[in-house]
Parts: sequence; C-alpha cells; structure tokens
Amino acid sequence: MSSIGTGYDLSVTTFSPDGRVFQIEYASKAVDNSGTVIGIKCKDGIVLGVEKLIASKMMLPGSNRRIHAVHRNSGMAVAGLAADGRQIVARTKAEAINYEKTYGEAIPVKELAERVASYVHLCTLYWWLRPFGCGVILGGYDRDGPQLYMVEPSGISHRYYGAAIGKGRQAAKTEIEKLNLAGMSCREGIVEVAKIIYSVHDEAKDKAFELEMSWVCDESNRLHQKVPEDLLNQAIMIAKAALEEMDAD
Amino acid sequence: MERIEGLLGPEDNKSHTLSPYVTGTSVLGLKYKDGVLMAADMGGSYGSTLRYKNVERVKPVGKHSLVGASGEISDFQEIMRYLDELILYDNMWDDDNSLGPKEIHNYLTRVMYNRRNKFDPLWNSLVVGGVKNGKKYLGTVSMLGVHYEDDHIATGFGNHLARPILRAEHSNDMSYEDAVKLLEKCMLVLLYRDRSAINKLQISNITEEGVTISQPYSLKTFWGLSAFKDPTKGAQGSW
Repeated sequence: MSSIGTGYDLSVTTFSPDGRVFQIEYASKAVDNSGTVIGIKCKDGIVLGVEKLIASKMMLPGSNRRIHAVHRNSGMAVAGLAADGRQIVARTKAEAINYEKTYGEAIPVKELAERVASYVHLCTLYWWLRPFGCGVILGGYDRDGPQLYMVEPSGISHRYYGAAIGKGRQAAKTEIEKLNLAGMSCREGIVEVAKIIYSVHDEAKDKAFELEMSWVCDESNRLHQKVPEDLLNQAIMIAKAALEEMDAD
Repeated sequence: MERIEGLLGPEDNKSHTLSPYVTGTSVLGLKYKDGVLMAADMGGSYGSTLRYKNVERVKPVGKHSLVGASGEISDFQEIMRYLDELILYDNMWDDDNSLGPKEIHNYLTRVMYNRRNKFDPLWNSLVVGGVKNGKKYLGTVSMLGVHYEDDHIATGFGNHLARPILRAEHSNDMSYEDAVKLLEKCMLVLLYRDRSAINKLQISNITEEGVTISQPYSLKTFWGLSAFKDPTKGAQGSW
C-alpha cells in the first residue's frame, strides 16, 4: 500500500502526485471484498444474480436482500456495503418516480443509469462526504429493449452485455465471455448465471451463501421480478450438478 | 368581508377548487356470487353541458381492486396518480404481499378526509370494490371523508334512485347474469330520471381471477311510458 502514510489518501478532494484519488480506490476495495454480483443481457431480457454471503446461520433465509426493484421495469443488484447500497437504491427509486411524474412515461434505463452515476459521482467531489462503498448493476427494459448498466464508486457508468463485480468478478467475467448471450433466452440465462455464481464461490474462505436472482424479460411481462421459486431451485440443482461434475474430473 | 391581515398566516388567500368543473354522475357497485360488479356511464358534464362522452370512470387498482368515481373528473385522475404510485411502491417490495381493496379503501378515506380538513377537498364520491383471499369487499368514501362498507353501494343520484331497487332485489349470492341485469335495471332508471346520465356505460367485474371491464354499450330505452307523457303537466309556466 504505497498510499499509506503519504497523506494523499485522507480525502476524496486530494489528488496524489501521480494523479490518483486514493479514497475512491479504497471504496473500490470494499466492493472487491463483497460476494460476487453478475448481470447478463440475453436476447429477451436481463438476468441479475448475487452470491449473498450469509453472515449468520440464525438469519432468516431471504434476509438482507441485495437485489432491489427500482421501478416497474428495472432492478438493481448491489455489491459492497449493503447499507450504502440502500441509499443508492432509494435515490434511484426517487429518480424513476420523479421522471414518470414529470414526463408521464417510465424512465429510460440509460437516463436512470446516468442519474444514478451522477449521484454516486457527487459523493467523490466534497471533502465532507465519503464515496459509496458499493458498486451496482442496473438492469431494465424500455422501448429500446433490455439494457444492462454498471455504476462504480467513482461514478463511472457503462453499458454492458455482461457485467460482474465482487470477489469472483475475474472468474465470472471469463465465464460470461464464453456464453452466447445474443442467442440465449432468460430462461437459459438463469441456469448459466446460477452455474457461474456456484463455480466462483470459494468454499474454503466463505462458507454459506444464498443465490439471489431476478429478471426483467418478456416472460415476466417486462416487469422486474424475483426469479420464480421453481425456476430458481431448478437452476440451483443444475449448477450444483455441474459443479460436482467439474470436481470429479 | 374585510380581511384581517395575516390572521390565518401566509396561506390565507390561497385559492382552492371551490366548485367542480367537469363531473361524472352516479357509480353503482354490488357484491355477487363470484365477486364485485360496478357500473358507471361514460359522461363527463361541464356544468350541465354534456361535454365528454367517453370517460372511463371505473379503473383497476393493483390486482385486487376497482375504483369508481363520480364528481370532478380531474380530481379522480389525480387520485388515480396517487393510487398508481402507491401500488408501484407496494410492488417494489416484491415480497409476495399486495394491497387489497380494504387497504385501498382505507387509504382513500385518509386522503379524502385530509383534503377536506385543508378546506381543499377532492370533489368526488368514490366506490372501492374488490376480492382478495376469497373475501369480497365493497365500500365508499365521499369528498368529506365519510365512508362505509355495504353489500351494494351507489353514489349521487344513484343513492336515491338505484338503492331502493337494490335493497329490494339484491342478494350476495346472485349469479353474474342476474347481477348484470339488476345493474342495468338501475342504470336505466338513472338514465330516465338523472339528466346528467348518458346512454353509454361500462360494467366492470372483479373476481379472484382478476379484472374485466366491458366495452362501452347502450341500454334499450322506451320513452312511451305514461309517466313520460306530457312532461309539463302540473308544472305550468307563464307562457
């Protein structure tokens, strides 16, 4: 950690001599330690999947959700500090509803992503603020079809075919690259996402996890919804079987 | 009246809707064997001028409810915005729970009563009907916030002309066909005697399966009844 002790890492409003803002890089670190979050764009919609690490066995299944609906047709998956994520989710909901009140139609996903990114970026501009310790993947459906965006703690936002953040992002990204996303339906996408989450999960370091999944696609009437329980369970079964097969080889 | 400066604070001369502009007339609702039916014509009156003839005055709210409105149409549209936002926020929880007709009705009672207390009422009588978990629900709220539940409900003129018929002929376990016939009978009486009513109506049905709102249609009228003959008899003018 070359930054420590130099004094250039104490504020988001201070650049280091070689042009970096260390506070933002630290924020990204918080995201990198989180459970893996991935999103893919299939031909008929978006699938979001989260490896939700279980902090305590005493917690009720389904607690501390990391995927949130932010409007009728869009949802957001959060990696990093969950509490920071809820702040972003709340802002995203407010932006989406405010847009619809003003213009009488649902907010385009691109516009929503831009507004979220501006909000996240805002927190990197003032010394009295701390950047968000989380990255979000935003999936939605509008008149231009399904779209997937990722917003990082720096306030950067890009549109993706497939995105991954968190611990297993590198492995997840290589797996996503192998998929034929353009020819894949969301129904098939669910299984692939489940397989990837199960394959990147590190059983040695983290014990229990819960697979949380949502989709926005033609099958869900272009609404953002939790993946139906039977489909999710089926995907988990296939993912586990695939994992065992890999271990056997 | 002389105004005492600042007595009521800075908002004392704020202007409010003091009378309605475009209004719809009666809404009828009743419970039947499988759910709840509501009927309303599609007229929108500008004062006593029939200005609009294609106003949908019964709308679905969420999965389990219908809301019908008489009174100021623009206020009803505003109320629908509130309700759609309420339903959106509810859906975003994505927790397999959803607001039922009882909750929608209660929400509306609070909205109507609050606005009345601001001396800025929403100028409507609303009917809320629905089915959730096998339970039928039918209730109403007025612009003053007065609310109640009943097995059959009518707003405005319907309270005087339709409810006596409903009291005599309605039962909770009547079939869909009988219930529609009864509503049409009431709507026909309203058409004959309520000068704001028009002969173009929709009947909305809500059951456990969901909402269906009929295409607009007309009732068959017969104006040869003796009661309609010589309408000015007994009300002679000076010329």
